[in-house]
Amino acid sequence: MDMNLTLKIWRQKNASDKGSMVDYKVSDISPDMSFLEMLDVLNEQLINNDEEPVAFDHDCREGICGMCSLYINGEAHGPDRGVTTCQLHMRMFKDGDTITIEPFRATAFPVVKDLIVDRSSFDRIQHAGGFISVNTSGNTIDANATPINKADADTAFEAATCIGCGACVASCKNSSAMLFVGAKVSQFALLPQGKVEATDRVLNMVKQMDDEGFGNCTNTGACEVECPKGISLENIARMNREYLAASLKG
Amino acid sequence: MSLDSKVPQGPIKDKWTDYKNHIDLVNPANKRNIDVIVVGTGLAGGSAAATLAELGYNVKVFCFQDSPRRAHSIAAQGGINAAKNYQGDGDSTYRLFYDTVKGGDYRSREANVYRLAEVSANIIDQCVAQGVPFAREYGGLLDNRSFGGVLVSRTFYAAGQTGQQLLLGAYSAMNRQIGRGKIKMYNRHEMLDVVKVDGKARGIITRNLITGEVERHSAHAVVLGTGGYGNVFFLSTNAMGSNVTAGWKAHKKGAYFANPCYTQIHPTCIPVSGDHQSKLTLMSESLRNDGRIWVPKHKKDVEAIKSGALKPRELAEDDRDYYLERRYPAFGNLVPRDVASRAAKERCDAGFGVNATGEAVFLDFASAIQRYGKETAHVKGLDENDAALVKKLGQEVIKNKYGNLFQMYEKIVDQDPYNTPMMIYPAVHYTMGGVWVDYNLMTTVPGLYCIGEANFSDHGANRLGASALMQGLADGYFVLPYTIGDYLSNDIRTGPISTDSKEFEEAEKEVRKQLEFFVTNKGSHSVDYFHKKLGKIMWNKVGMSRNVKGLTEAIAEIKALREEFWKEVKVPGTNEEYNEELAKAGRVADFLELGELFAKDALNREESCGGHFREDSVELDGEQKGEALRNDKDFAYVSAWEYKGEPSDAVLHKEELEFKDIELKQRSYK
Amino acid sequence: MSGILNSSIGRKFAMALSALFLMFFLLQHFSINILSVFSPETFNDVSHFMGTFPLVQYVLQPVLIFGVVFHFVMGFVLEIKNNKARRISYAKNNGGANSSWMSRNMIWSGAAILAFVCLHFYDFWFPEINTKFIVGDMSGLVDPNNAASGYRYFEELQHKFVDLWRVVLYVVAFVFLALHLLHGFDSAFQSVGANNKYTKGLKRFSKIYAIGIPLGFIFIAVFHFLNH
Repeated sequence: MDMNLTLKIWRQKNASDKGSMVDYKVSDISPDMSFLEMLDVLNEQLINNDEEPVAFDHDCREGICGMCSLYINGEAHGPDRGVTTCQLHMRMFKDGDTITIEPFRATAFPVVKDLIVDRSSFDRIQHAGGFISVNTSGNTIDANATPINKADADTAFEAATCIGCGACVASCKNSSAMLFVGAKVSQFALLPQGKVEATDRVLNMVKQMDDEGFGNCTNTGACEVECPKGISLENIARMNREYLAASLKG
Repeated sequence: MSLDSKVPQGPIKDKWTDYKNHIDLVNPANKRNIDVIVVGTGLAGGSAAATLAELGYNVKVFCFQDSPRRAHSIAAQGGINAAKNYQGDGDSTYRLFYDTVKGGDYRSREANVYRLAEVSANIIDQCVAQGVPFAREYGGLLDNRSFGGVLVSRTFYAAGQTGQQLLLGAYSAMNRQIGRGKIKMYNRHEMLDVVKVDGKARGIITRNLITGEVERHSAHAVVLGTGGYGNVFFLSTNAMGSNVTAGWKAHKKGAYFANPCYTQIHPTCIPVSGDHQSKLTLMSESLRNDGRIWVPKHKKDVEAIKSGALKPRELAEDDRDYYLERRYPAFGNLVPRDVASRAAKERCDAGFGVNATGEAVFLDFASAIQRYGKETAHVKGLDENDAALVKKLGQEVIKNKYGNLFQMYEKIVDQDPYNTPMMIYPAVHYTMGGVWVDYNLMTTVPGLYCIGEANFSDHGANRLGASALMQGLADGYFVLPYTIGDYLSNDIRTGPISTDSKEFEEAEKEVRKQLEFFVTNKGSHSVDYFHKKLGKIMWNKVGMSRNVKGLTEAIAEIKALREEFWKEVKVPGTNEEYNEELAKAGRVADFLELGELFAKDALNREESCGGHFREDSVELDGEQKGEALRNDKDFAYVSAWEYKGEPSDAVLHKEELEFKDIELKQRSYK
Repeated sequence: MSGILNSSIGRKFAMALSALFLMFFLLQHFSINILSVFSPETFNDVSHFMGTFPLVQYVLQPVLIFGVVFHFVMGFVLEIKNNKARRISYAKNNGGANSSWMSRNMIWSGAAILAFVCLHFYDFWFPEINTKFIVGDMSGLVDPNNAASGYRYFEELQHKFVDLWRVVLYVVAFVFLALHLLHGFDSAFQSVGANNKYTKGLKRFSKIYAIGIPLGFIFIAVFHFLNH
């Protein structure tokens, strides 16, 4: 059953443009299409009508690169759970629906164009401490020299599954980046390799996060629900502990 | 110019060590005066950039994504091979070397592959030290799994997202250097040309994808880690932005392009659902460990299944054709990727495809569910004859093993694979061919290096599972940082490279000319229109199975399409803004040239080897009748193509392959 | 340690600490108030003790007032900061899909509680301070010159709940308190970094507390309204 839809899309020429919502119609949308393929159809239509296509970020289209964003009908990555926008399928909608599509909104994620935002603030948080200071010479100790408790290794892995898409920030009523930063801090805090510089890491990353203009966490839990990878709030609690302990120490 | 692979002398196991011991080094004080450009931030580019910066070079890094962390290495699922022999199952550097050369169907350079196997163990040490959370056993040590039909368990993994974890490792190493100011990162920048000064690569021209600004960047050496060109097929498992532009521009500036026709088609992908499809999704081939592949035996059942009158699980066992088990009793469903892919195509071409497009086969877990269910019931002392219970227990086992893949399948296809067989079809996945490089990973342009999937070096005609990640990191962490020093040691007195030279000026002018053309050419078709057409030609005539007629037609059709493209392409907007259509136009323009060379290379190689299957080169009788036939006498060489204008004018240079440490054998999976 | 209050985590930690303190105070306040239902005499005795014991008066009371003021001021400061973190709001936002109403509206339930605290101070605290420190009557008696007149606390309490409008305001305020606590209780634990195997149980307990305590206060107010 193909669908006809009305799309309300945020159009903004560039960072300094004011921007506004614009209505579009698309028809014959197959329920098997992904949401981005539906936007491809719209763009093909716009190009053929000599209008400018809608700019949106996307790359791998299999839910792992974290490039796609979009706030769809009031939710980051749309109404489905555990998926990115590229994995959202049109069968989640029905014929005649009106779909509102906006960019991720946060002061720390300024709009570049239309639905594209600049998430380099995430990169800068990582530059501040998202690493273990070890040279890449390969001359480290043997990989099996330090056994790591499986439960810790698994929890570290779960934290590390974050794809850095920014849905947590977009969903948070305060545009807080705590889930993102918490996940990264947790991954390293749980591993013996990361413990050595844990104090500096958490202090520096949180400072950078604050400097970027992200809001404060009020534990609404929206980030965890909307996170395509299901990153747990426990990571925020762990970061809080790490941070408080580090503040006392340092 | 003749090809010199610069493989060092001496026994294979000592080559790399001896070579490293005698290579020229740059002293730390001088490294500060040397700039290196790295294009691409996947496993190869990211690891190279981080390591070069640690060594002390000034590194400028470019990626077209909004962050280096998003390069498509991130999508690799299965794992990374390393000859650690943690399992004590007889693995060794030699065995990994042997498996890789054999898996590549004896079309790779022995010395490179041996070096790859040699440094593989270091990669695991390195990544663990960086905090990459590999899967572990209860004792706290690293877990391994077997992969891709080899005889040992040497694959390290992090659930189904090894690629992301390794990439984040390389990204974190880069972050550390960015924080220290040793790497200058340029996100959302696309490289549009290589600049040569006095015959050496001395810089690149880029376009800022946000502002459209065309920029000149100079360096003493340029490294390309820009990935594969599978998107020449339009539909592939590559990311939407994956492209050949960097490699192709290098080719046009004198870098030879090697073995373009070697493409890996992955057998377990989700089939195309319609014309709207923009990309294909791969599911880990580990599914073939438990899934059985089949199509109906009779056409009438095919029709009944397509129309929905017959449910696949209701078809009697006798009416099913488990064609891999039938054709390859020894390996069954676990034959290598190329063999499994071709067999699926063969059945679908014969009219047995099971979905609406006729391009899908079943991957059925029913018997695995039964088997595991019975086992579990037995272990738990429950009733093995209770069908419902056995099914439930079996489904739980399958869920534990493949839960995330089943969920992904259900999201995309909207069918429950626990209760009805999955549908799968092969899709373009990886390109073994690429820019030709010597043992130093340098292209035929001095100072221009190429690493990772973008080069041709290590996988021959077919890549083994879990070896792509290994190659990317080996090149970036452990090979290039040494070999590039040998070249750069001559540049310690050169001083900064000016971007004001006429070479930079000309290169920029050319780039601007093309951009200007696109935005002013008011054609009638979008870029995707041409890309999709190119993809169809490639898939139908230069795809899994190739013949002289199809290849000849493809060459003519691609040429005609390219001419139409340059007349009729329509790019909205301007250059001075974020303009994805403009970026795509440049990429497709290069695919339209590469596609033709690709077909030409396939036409030239009158043998079947690895991912390249020629219908006119098969076993004519005996047990192997109909199977791929390699021709070592005439084709044991690397085809390196030199650019001469049109792809049809490209000149072939042969790098003869010598096999001193491995005996050449025909592969058999019967 | 320096400048911890300048960091986002430091601020939320401080917010949580003051909240935990206030929740403990609330429990204590409730325990005393509920005595008024069962035994006016005990209520009077305890009230007099709390009102005159120096440690309570000169140490705990200022700490409490600081806690209350801090919690409110910090709450508003954070709200302003958080609003700055998203200058352009969504045209369509479906917050209900991923979070509770309570969690998204702490500022409003908090503001309602603040308004109530003002009323409550006007009703009890200011008269109390006036009697004790301005008039100088520390006796706690209905008639300071007549020891037989008994303590005044119960009578004053009863007297306040004569007006229906005031009872209604109190009830409404306690509903907001319940809403505030429904999110605030376990949120405070998360903020101080406690999220572990006990969290599930804690969440159940938090519901009991968040509904039970305000309900108890409502009961007290209504009880006295009906029984004066």
